[in-house]
Amino acid sequence: MTTLLNVKDLRAYYGQVQALHGLSFSLNEGSLTTLLGANGAGKTTTLRAICNMVRSTGAIEFDGKPLNNRSTESIVRFGIAHVPQGRGTFTNMTVEENLQLGAITRKDNTGIVSDIERMYAHFPVLKQRHTQQAGTLSGGEQQMLAVARALMLRPRLMLLDEPSFGLAPLVVRDLFRILGKINREDKVSILVVEQNAQLALELADQAYVIETGRIVMSGNAKDIANNEEIRKSYLGY
Amino acid sequence: MELFTNQVLAGIATGAIYACMALAVVMIYQAIDHLNFAQGEMAMFSTFISWQLMQWGVPYWAAFVITLALSFVGGIAIERILFKPLAKAPVLTNVAGFIALFAIINSSAGLIWDFTIKQYPTPFGSAPFLGSQLISTHQAGMIGVTLLLLVGLYFFFQYTRIGLAMRAAASLPESARLVGINTSWMIALGWGMAAAIGSIAGMLIAPVVFLEPNMMGGVLIYGFAAAVLGGLSSPFGAVVGGFLVGIFENLAGTYIPGVGNELKLPIALALIISVLVVKPAGLFGRHIVKRV
Repeated sequence: MTTLLNVKDLRAYYGQVQALHGLSFSLNEGSLTTLLGANGAGKTTTLRAICNMVRSTGAIEFDGKPLNNRSTESIVRFGIAHVPQGRGTFTNMTVEENLQLGAITRKDNTGIVSDIERMYAHFPVLKQRHTQQAGTLSGGEQQMLAVARALMLRPRLMLLDEPSFGLAPLVVRDLFRILGKINREDKVSILVVEQNAQLALELADQAYVIETGRIVMSGNAKDIANNEEIRKSYLGY
Repeated sequence: MELFTNQVLAGIATGAIYACMALAVVMIYQAIDHLNFAQGEMAMFSTFISWQLMQWGVPYWAAFVITLALSFVGGIAIERILFKPLAKAPVLTNVAGFIALFAIINSSAGLIWDFTIKQYPTPFGSAPFLGSQLISTHQAGMIGVTLLLLVGLYFFFQYTRIGLAMRAAASLPESARLVGINTSWMIALGWGMAAAIGSIAGMLIAPVVFLEPNMMGGVLIYGFAAAVLGGLSSPFGAVVGGFLVGIFENLAGTYIPGVGNELKLPIALALIISVLVVKPAGLFGRHIVKRV
């Protein structure tokens, strides 16, 4: 298996405050990897550092190419789609416009049209609401839209920041089922940050646990889920 | 009744110009959250360029198109040179930048073309429009060109990818970057378009107010009034506001005793203040709630 994303000794800063203290991890092509940890552990910062949305040092390599010092918008063009915390939905635009924006860096118009249809097949509720303003969707629908918008890039890697946040348990189940399907069928590698560790470990094949800006545990998701000691001390369930 | 209709139609004609200026102001406001006090001077300078081209023998419509293109490039240049470096600066620094730009453009125009009032041609003529005494052909032309511009802009923003990208960059810059939009260039493009729209307003109003470096001062204040009335966050509102202000200005000048021509400008200022007090978001604007 080849390494798609390789992060070495990542340190990130908000002004004078250091949020990440030399974090290293890697993600294999085609895998679904999860970063777990409590509030404030540095999960979101890690994703933001990959897309250069926060000042950081250390090496970030994607498919063997360094990402450091590139602008956020040019990192997207490598095929990295980031669904940020709060989903980043363009709430005053229609559902369909949101999907078109996901593909704004692509030039293949026929591909874009067929991909929009594909998204409607993945998420039928979006088709029903395609002319509606995105801000009028429910939280779950907006999260579906955010994932669909990210997929419109035809990404090689999708970064998801707490997709379960604020959603009803049934909706979360549904969303994670779709994420698993996208990972297997569309061969999109996924890095998902979650507080809902139990659910994330069911879905992922690889897991890392972050505490105060450092990786404290890594391994096969099943092993971590089955290790009671780790679960109790780091994941709290 | 004929006086009333006449005043309303004349109001719509000048309102078209205010609508253009308001639209230019709103475009830049959407992109960088600041009011461009130099919008009128930029338009005035563009108008002088078109006048100079015509002095050199270029026909009207060719000069019109060349000026449009030069203004577009000039707007982008102003953003790249002056306002891109100020992007993260405090509000007052930006205000100082706009005032500096205002003074520089105003005095450069005076230096190059001096401050004497110049005649500016109209391509439409000034005969009665379709034989009617209500409106002149130039006024009809002002309305016509503005409507064409508005329809063009509507299609650009609604149906082209670059228009969509510009809207996305203005509404949520961070999300826009995350889908790969170069938001910095979208801002520059907004400046270019605002400058071009302003130049159209300048070239259309110049036959009415005559060409001189201070010609756009009053016009821009009406443009601001229009933008505030319609709502600074709404391009559609700015356009509606422009027409309303134009009509209101003319009717007030005609029917309110003592207003006349001299007190028309204070009326625009009074309108700005009333809207800000009564309905700060304007007629079509969204209330902006910011987390602090």
